[in-house]
Amino acid sequence: MAMKYVDEFRDPDKARTLVAEIRGLIPRIPRAGERPLQIMEVCGGHTHAIFRYGIQQMLPEEVEFVHGPGCPVCVLPMGRVDDCVAIAERPEVIFTTFGDAMRVPGSQKSLLKAKAEGADVRMVYSPLDALAIARKNPGREVVFFGLGFETTMPSTAMTLIQARRAGQTNFSLFCNHITIIPTIRAILDSADLQLDGFIGPGHVSMVIGTRAYDFIARDYHKPITVAGFEPLDVLHSLWMVLRQLAEGRCEVENQYGRIVPEAGNARALAAVDEVYELRPFFEWRGLGSIDHSGVRIRDAYAAFDAERKFSVPNVVVADPKACQCGEVLKGVIKPHECKVFGTACTPEMPLGSLMVSSEGACAAYYSYGRRERVPA
Amino acid sequence: MCLGIPGRIVEVTDPETMTAMVEVGGVRRPTNICFIVADDTPPSAYLGEWVLVHVGFAMSLIDAAEAERTLAMLTELGEIQAEIDAMQQSNEANFSLRGTDHGHEVCR
Amino acid sequence: MRRLIDEVFVRTFDNAALSALEDQATIALSELLAHGDRLAFTTDTYVVDPLFFPGGDIGKLAVAGTVNDLAMSGARPLFLSCGVVLEEGLPVETLHRVAASMKQMADRAGVKIVTGDTKVVERGAADKMFINTAGIGVVPAGISISAANARPGDVVIVNGVLGDHGTAILIARNQLSLEADIESDCQPLDGLVAAMLSSCRNIHCLRDATRGGLATVLNEFAQSSNVGIRISERDVPLREEVKGACEILGLDPLYLANEGRLVAVVPPDGADAVLAAMRAHPSGSSAAIIGEVTDERRGMVTMQTIFGGERIVDMLVGEQLPRIC
Repeated sequence: MAMKYVDEFRDPDKARTLVAEIRGLIPRIPRAGERPLQIMEVCGGHTHAIFRYGIQQMLPEEVEFVHGPGCPVCVLPMGRVDDCVAIAERPEVIFTTFGDAMRVPGSQKSLLKAKAEGADVRMVYSPLDALAIARKNPGREVVFFGLGFETTMPSTAMTLIQARRAGQTNFSLFCNHITIIPTIRAILDSADLQLDGFIGPGHVSMVIGTRAYDFIARDYHKPITVAGFEPLDVLHSLWMVLRQLAEGRCEVENQYGRIVPEAGNARALAAVDEVYELRPFFEWRGLGSIDHSGVRIRDAYAAFDAERKFSVPNVVVADPKACQCGEVLKGVIKPHECKVFGTACTPEMPLGSLMVSSEGACAAYYSYGRRERVPA
Repeated sequence: MCLGIPGRIVEVTDPETMTAMVEVGGVRRPTNICFIVADDTPPSAYLGEWVLVHVGFAMSLIDAAEAERTLAMLTELGEIQAEIDAMQQSNEANFSLRGTDHGHEVCR
Repeated sequence: MRRLIDEVFVRTFDNAALSALEDQATIALSELLAHGDRLAFTTDTYVVDPLFFPGGDIGKLAVAGTVNDLAMSGARPLFLSCGVVLEEGLPVETLHRVAASMKQMADRAGVKIVTGDTKVVERGAADKMFINTAGIGVVPAGISISAANARPGDVVIVNGVLGDHGTAILIARNQLSLEADIESDCQPLDGLVAAMLSSCRNIHCLRDATRGGLATVLNEFAQSSNVGIRISERDVPLREEVKGACEILGLDPLYLANEGRLVAVVPPDGADAVLAAMRAHPSGSSAAIIGEVTDERRGMVTMQTIFGGERIVDMLVGEQLPRIC
């Protein structure tokens, strides 16, 4: 019994077709003769798919994927993890979170460690599950750790809308949502990068639509194809980007049309707009502070804002000196070129969140592929 | 950012809160469908529809026709490729045949 | 109180050795020598949470798990001990249920629980209930199974669909609200192993794929034997519901725990016979060949993905957690 809309997009025959097409395109791209083409996939989900299915090895050496910073767990600054731990360690709090965030190291400990030491930290699949916990535990304060890009914002926003409607005053959100466009802009403005094109984030796009990326083609003259997450989607999108390069085009293309509407999802965007507003700036692990890259809860929903309800340390914690997370996140170096890759920084003892997150480039390299350090 | 999975709406459990049961490979989960239900349309109108699910919310209605188009295009691409390969192989075979039998004629 | 607890176990396990209420069980060596020429001896402690889950409970696990560890050496499992630590306040009813479950599994596996101990500790000093079982069995002469025996050319076989137990526990433990017909696959494997050895005495490696799943066992074999192991994703059997749950939660089924699944490494000339013997046995009806042992990339496990690419299947670090990214 096949899984519809999933198994068809894992078809090895179509994979072979696309790889052959990609090989055929290479000679038509002038730059490909000088150095490998660098195609950045922004989204952590794409990083994961590439490694899980072994896609890079299927490609000719003239094309390389560069793994971008679109992994909300990877860019979680240590200071914010410390804030989470501080809230979680309060006896009246039930701290709920997605599984991804539990192992990210703070300056003292991760949420998983805090849980082991007695804090009531619970993993949930949906923010609505956290709201249900609040309903079932009227005597406790339930906090949900909201992370993720625009993909997840509508869901946490709707949860707060429901919480307010129901008067669920013992529920609040610790908001760490980040936006994708300033991130991509920061990458494009970065001096140390040489990118030829982009594989765009398919699930962010089902919320925000595809026109948001027009500036990439128009102002920075890089082609971008919005991509789905099955391996065939990734290969197909790569082919589309390379075709743009071969034909001298510079456009925003949508490979994921079966799920991404050009205009995005108006209802989802409305929920986001009702609950959230842009922060003037927000701190990203490894990338420093980026303007307008995060959102916070509006005053109308202040009663459900954990940042206002609880006082947290709110300290900006510098990454360990040895950390080269920023360079990996920007795609300047590959994971195995980091000075501490595989030695001081391993999945067992991670220095940075890229080694912790299941879609972090470093964790992927370590688990799925290369183990040995290579000088940059 | 990213983990979304296609699933089928198999039951509307609470039209008030827009909660439905969505099934993925035999596994069911309560899912909020408020983002894909059009105004003035009852949730029950979406029974049997396929949606993209992310953290307990249906975020998009899957366009079946578009999915078909993508797959069909890739299939056709494969068929064209196979034809070209076959033609190329047959050309090479012919060429080498002429070359060995009538080597002096090739340069005419 | 203490007497009550002892009575629950003694009465439920119901055998002469236990009922004698000595401080130890004594077993005639001649009884053991009737089965082979080496003693197999193992122990494991069971701390699963929750205590009861679809398809099983801590008691069932505690017996089957130790029986299986013995069976993986080719031994005939014979006798178990049972040490229990209880958190104060645990309902006696829970104790009854667990004991009954242990007895049921012991009977099914043909083993006797002949000695044991219970302790009660104060609230918070233990999480509800911990059970330690130690087991002894006897290995027939001429059988020599070890993780270090794998050789290039060997065939890798599993006895059925993978990941049921791990998925069932994850769903039972967390607020994931998944409705799925997934039950733990907990079962004794000694009968299956006996059938496999009858068809081919020279099985090289056997291990049950418990914590860390198939991937962990394969890595252990690859490292102990210093060989490469290559599997094909297409050939790894998975229940549809486990696939669905893994897709929703973002889990890799290769790392999910099993409690009734073994991984066998078999010389190529014995593979067909072993596979047939497994499929003829109720615990192996869905047995499948999933890969082979090579002399390349020694110490590592690689997998050809369903997509056509290749990836490394690494050792798992920590516990696999559902993800949203």
